[in-house]
Amino acid sequence: MTFAALVAILIGMCLLLLRALIGPTMYDRVLAVNSFGTKTVLVLGLLGYVMGRPDFLDIAILYTLINFVSTIAILKFFRYRSFQVPLVRRTDAASRAGDGNA
Amino acid sequence: MTEVMIGGTGTALINILFLGMLFVVALAIARLRSLFAIVMLSGVYSLVSAAWYILVDAVDVGFTEAAVGAGMSTAVLLGAMLLTARTAKPEKPLQRLGPLVVCLATGVMLIYGSVDLPALGDATSPANAGIGLTYLKINWYDMGVPNVVTSVLASYRGFDTLGETAVVFTAGLAVALLLGFGERSLAETLKKTPKAETRPAPRGKDGNAA
Repeated sequence: MTFAALVAILIGMCLLLLRALIGPTMYDRVLAVNSFGTKTVLVLGLLGYVMGRPDFLDIAILYTLINFVSTIAILKFFRYRSFQVPLVRRTDAASRAGDGNA
Repeated sequence: MTEVMIGGTGTALINILFLGMLFVVALAIARLRSLFAIVMLSGVYSLVSAAWYILVDAVDVGFTEAAVGAGMSTAVLLGAMLLTARTAKPEKPLQRLGPLVVCLATGVMLIYGSVDLPALGDATSPANAGIGLTYLKINWYDMGVPNVVTSVLASYRGFDTLGETAVVFTAGLAVALLLGFGERSLAETLKKTPKAETRPAPRGKDGNAA
C-alpha cells in the first residue's frame, strides 16, 4: 500500500518535471517547482516507511520549510524585482519597479 | 543498518529513477536559453539530488543540499539575474570546444583516480580498519543514532559544528551590513535611477548597479 503510494507520487514527479521543462510561461515553471518540492517531501515521508526508518519525517518537515521560503522568495522576486524590499502593501514606487511579467 | 544499506529491487528502481531525473534536468539546463527556466530547473535538480542523498542514507548531505541548493542558491541566482540579461546569448560552436576538453579531461582524471579507491564495504580499507571501526562499535551505545556520519557530525563534533555555524552566520551578517538595508540598499538605488536604466540591457550595462 505504502509502496503503491510511493510509485504514484514518483509518477507525479515525472509529470511535474515535464511541466517544468516544457512550461511555456514562467508561472508554469514556478508552480511546477513548488509542487515538485511538495512531492519531494511526500516521497521522503513515504520512503521512511518503505525503508523502515520513519525518522525521515523530520527531514521532510525541514524540506517543507525550505520549499515554502524559497517559493516566497521567487514570488517576491517577480513582484518587486528585488529581495531587499519589505513585504508590505504595494506603493506607487514598488508598482513601478515591477509589474509582474518579464 | 545492513538491511537499509542493501535494500531491494524497489530501492534500486527508485535510485535509477532519481538519477534519470537528474540526467534529464541537467541535459535541459545545458540546452535551454532562458535564464529563468535554468534557475528554476537548478532548484529542481537540487531537490531531486537531496531526495536521492536521503535515499542512499547520506542524511547530512541531503540536509545541506536542500538548504543551500534548493533554498539559498535559487535566491542568489535570481538576484544575479537582476544584473544580467534574461536569456543567454547563443554561443559559437567553436567556443564550446574549450570547456568540452576541460570537462572531459577532468572526468578522465577523476575516473582514473577512483580506480585506486577501496571497494564499497571493504573491511580492510583504512576507513574501516582504524578509528572508524571504534566509532562503528561505540556509536549505538553512545548516541542511539543509526547513521554514524550524522552522529559524528552532530554529536561527537557538535561543538565544532556549532562554531562553524556561528562563523558562517557572522560572515552572512557582515555581507548584509556591507550591502546595506533600506535607503542605502541596491533596490532603493535602482528605484531612484531613471526607468530606462533600471531595465537591464542585453550585456555590459550592469556597471550602474554595482
